[in-house]
Amino acid sequence: MKFKSLIASLLVASASLAPTAFAKDITLLNVSYDPTRELYKEVNAAFAKEWKTKTGDNVTINQSHAGSGAQSRAVIDGLKADVVTLALAYDIDVIAEKAKLFPENWQTRLPESSTPYTSTIVFIVRKGNPWKIKDWDDLAKQGISVITPNPKTSGGARWNYLAAYGYSLHKNGNDEKKAQEFVGKIFKNVPVLDTGARGSTVTFAQRGLGDVAISWENEAYLTLQEFGADKFEIIYPPESILAEPPVTLVDKNADSRGTRAVAEAYLQFLYTPEAQGIIAKNHYRPRLASAALASTPQIKLFNISEFGGWKKAQAVHFNDGGIFDKIYQAK
Amino acid sequence: MGRRILSSSIRTFSWRTPSVLPGFGITMGFTLVYLGLLVLLPLAALILKAAGFTWAEFWDVVTAPRALAAYRLSFGAAFIAAAINIVFGVLVAWVLTRYQFPFKRFLDGLVDLPFALPTAVAGIALAALFAPNGWIGSILLPMGIKVAYTPLGVVVALTFIGLPFVVRTVQPVLQDLDKEVEEAAASLGASRAATFRRVILPVILPAAVTGFALAFARAVGEYGSVIFIAGNLPMKSEIVPLLIVIKLEQFDYRGAAAIGTAMLFVAFVLLLIINLLQRWSRNRMGGM
Repeated sequence: MKFKSLIASLLVASASLAPTAFAKDITLLNVSYDPTRELYKEVNAAFAKEWKTKTGDNVTINQSHAGSGAQSRAVIDGLKADVVTLALAYDIDVIAEKAKLFPENWQTRLPESSTPYTSTIVFIVRKGNPWKIKDWDDLAKQGISVITPNPKTSGGARWNYLAAYGYSLHKNGNDEKKAQEFVGKIFKNVPVLDTGARGSTVTFAQRGLGDVAISWENEAYLTLQEFGADKFEIIYPPESILAEPPVTLVDKNADSRGTRAVAEAYLQFLYTPEAQGIIAKNHYRPRLASAALASTPQIKLFNISEFGGWKKAQAVHFNDGGIFDKIYQAK
Repeated sequence: MGRRILSSSIRTFSWRTPSVLPGFGITMGFTLVYLGLLVLLPLAALILKAAGFTWAEFWDVVTAPRALAAYRLSFGAAFIAAAINIVFGVLVAWVLTRYQFPFKRFLDGLVDLPFALPTAVAGIALAALFAPNGWIGSILLPMGIKVAYTPLGVVVALTFIGLPFVVRTVQPVLQDLDKEVEEAAASLGASRAATFRRVILPVILPAAVTGFALAFARAVGEYGSVIFIAGNLPMKSEIVPLLIVIKLEQFDYRGAAAIGTAMLFVAFVLLLIINLLQRWSRNRMGGM
């Protein structure tokens, strides 16, 4: 009896000591889209610190970045992502649909439709704004050279396209035909279609091509930071789209790797004041109002529901034979 | 003719040519397995994926206007690049084998660099050079020549990656070609042009054509270096490999496989024609 209780107390003691005595080394893989490198680098460091003080375990979060569509395909093809944080909901929907790695209602599992932050689409022009670009209409003018990535391969470019399209719909009383002509005119002004957002930034900022680049808001600030605020300016159009890049746990991968708890905590961490602060600092728009930078301009924003959600927008605009294809084949 | 039939009928038929080295069975078996695993299996998987289409669907996908424009660019640019390389590659090979000069070894080593350099690095470097604000691009721009982000840029990138093929196939042949042969031609009264045309060219032509075929085949499938300099506009400067990637990113695996299969087929036919031409030229030119 005495012996038994001794063992029991030893077991209890070792169990309670376990986290500190044997600090586990955990790795997570966050598969994300193109411009979030800097954001997640900072978020990951903060989360690793928090997790260490909470549990004693060391967590290393590996990041993978590329065009949102390419990343989605990589996960479908077997890249062992614990979490995906992509540019738009459609690219995550497809994973649920094709690879069945998590339930199709994934977007209901976290607050704010699983979108811990938002962003929008703005313009970058050369210093002094020599072409006086103020609004979407200026991008459709003849002789203006516009830089944007390819909507077929880049999530950001799809937001760019829909922002221009939505603007025209509002201006012309929801006239689809006029909107198609309008985005057609903009894309006729595009001399290079890069495959991802970062490639487009380089084309505009480093290669010196184009008079204006359509860009993620955060990518625009990064351009100023990296290539010189004395060379470029950010222009906010009066109206743009509310880009909502969502996140989710990849259940099957996390379960098979035994990382569900930490992966879930990681995603929830994105909603904490600390992470929201990092998000704001990197020029994304935090959900937490108190974390938002006062300097962020408030413009009129419309969201994807105007296009009937991502599934519909993808099918109508970007799939083969969709409206985007017609722009290039109409010649 | 008659003798050949006679000799083969006397000897019992055998797959192997007489050799002092043993191990025909095992090496042949290894060769078949190796080629099967490395080449045929992936190709079979590709065609199987494309086989999900009916004929009509397949035809629609591979003959869409955008796909046709991409084939024209990919095959056209690859052909031009290989043609440039056959001329200048032979020239480079000639200089490297026939003359002695300082830093020859260094120059010789330089030729292989396009093989070793990651193609993305080459593409970015070329785009930086030929962009309107690049070293070369800024000189060409006032003359109205745009290279980066046009089909011309594609040709430049493909010429770069194809250079070693012609040089490295022609070089050994030139090395084996004795100088005495040229001297003999000259002493028999042949002009320099005639010596080149009738003595040197027939010998190096098959090797040069092989180099051309290799450079062409490599260029058709090239992706990494081209996408950085091509501009990637549908119908204008979009190469076939990019179109395939775009289809993949739309989760259109069958469409991607269909275009890949079509491209494979065209490339195979073109390479076959080049091989036949080469055999014909070898027979006609005699020797070799």
